Amino acid sequence: MNSQTKAAPAVLLEDLSVDLGAGAILSGINLQVAGGETVALLGANGSGKTTLVKALMGLVPLSSGSAALYGSDVSARSTVPWSRIGYVPQRVNSSPSMSATAEEVVMSGLLSGRHLRPGPGSRDRARNALAEVGLAERADESVHLFSGGQQQRVLIARALIRQPGLLIVDEPLSGIDRASKAALAASLQRLRGAGTTIVVVLHELAELGSMIERAVVLDQGKVLQDGPLHGFAAGMHK
Amino acid sequence: MSADFWDTFAAMLASPLMQRALIIAVLVGTTAPVIGTYLVQRKLALVGDGIGHVALVGVAMGWLVGAAAGSTSVDAWAVPGAIGASITGALMIEYVRGKGKSSADVALALLFYGGIAGGVLIIGLAGGTSANLTGYLFGSISTVDQLDVWLTGGLSVLILGVGLGLRPALFALCHDEEFARASGLPARSLNILVAVTAALTVAISMRVVGVLLVSALMIVPVAVAQLIATSFRHTMALAMGIGGTVCVIGLSITYFHPLSPGATITMTSIALYAALAVLRPVIRPLHRHAKPHWHRSEKTHV
Repeated sequence: MNSQTKAAPAVLLEDLSVDLGAGAILSGINLQVAGGETVALLGANGSGKTTLVKALMGLVPLSSGSAALYGSDVSARSTVPWSRIGYVPQRVNSSPSMSATAEEVVMSGLLSGRHLRPGPGSRDRARNALAEVGLAERADESVHLFSGGQQQRVLIARALIRQPGLLIVDEPLSGIDRASKAALAASLQRLRGAGTTIVVVLHELAELGSMIERAVVLDQGKVLQDGPLHGFAAGMHK
Repeated sequence: MSADFWDTFAAMLASPLMQRALIIAVLVGTTAPVIGTYLVQRKLALVGDGIGHVALVGVAMGWLVGAAAGSTSVDAWAVPGAIGASITGALMIEYVRGKGKSSADVALALLFYGGIAGGVLIIGLAGGTSANLTGYLFGSISTVDQLDVWLTGGLSVLILGVGLGLRPALFALCHDEEFARASGLPARSLNILVAVTAALTVAISMRVVGVLLVSALMIVPVAVAQLIATSFRHTMALAMGIGGTVCVIGLSITYFHPLSPGATITMTSIALYAALAVLRPVIRPLHRHAKPHWHRSEKTHV
């Protein structure tokens, strides 16, 4: 880890704009997330939350501005410390007939950058990560037989196996049962307690409300409000 | 079984031609499903067909070059031509797929039809007829020589090296490409590697089952394995075993009966799929049909 990586904020977006051909989806976004913060990205459907996450992971092209993780521009892929960053997508588009056990899916989280093989002890690490989300006993089962909430927990375990310093989670609560929501909230709470920086996209705060320190509200691709969650709530009531 | 059967079976094993054919059948049968596993998982099961069509242009161009060079065997350039055309076709398919445009299926269809039509036209220019393409369309494993065995062996090692050596990274890519990219994995390079390896697989499978059935050798063993296996690793291993076995059985059947090896191998594997699909509830009562839970019902928010 170089000194730039140590000193830089976990996330830094400067004047970021994204235009995917049907007009600007994000425009002029400025956002800085310091190490250890827990930040919620809030907003209505179509406000640009998921696109913002994809932009900061380098998954969509920027029309202007920049996105950096730990001080490394995401467009220069090879310099980003990917092994320190955990990403949990909103959903996975794998074939429903694909044969893959929970352990195999979680082990794929050990790959990053030029590390194309998981290395020794990977099975134990996968099982430990699955234990953290309460699925250790189902490690050998096909993930397609899991409920939506259990699958989401597998994706969380896949991100946790790296022991990330920064965890980016896209809509973890949508479409899952109450028990899974509580399990997810407990997992994220433990990570927060361990000092992990968390950026979570939420449609509504629900079970995660108590752990959010700061809320960034998006509206039509722009930051409408950025501040402590309680301040945001007060502002909304005015 | 009768003594005649065993005599014929012994004669088959003693025949140098059948020995070469069986070696190639085992090599191709175990190799093709490795890449097929990745294609099936990425919902690209028909890409092998597309590459096979384009390979036909390479066969015909090989003939054209052979004829122009005055080669004694115009066939000698056919396989190198098929390898070159297959790789070019696979890269074009990958390019079109990567663009993700709505017209991609039309572009791919044009590539497929152009492959067949181009092959027939070019073979005519080379002084041949479409009958000369029959061996490549439907396979000609009974005509393989020692050089074919070495070429198939070399390419099989290369394909297995990529398919097995990079399995963790290729699994990550096939299971969730977005996550692979978000992990900084060289997704583009890996995609190209899969495409090129699929092209090489088509080129070596061409002699066994022909370009029209080449995809069957890559895909059907994987479909059979998916009926039984729950993990990606076991699916691939099982598919390799099934592929090698059906190739040997299918080829052996054609020694006893005058049938097309490619069609017999393909029908043997499809029969195995059908039998296992019927028996599956009995042999694996706990392995229920996969339900698409993975796709949550909510719309993706932007």
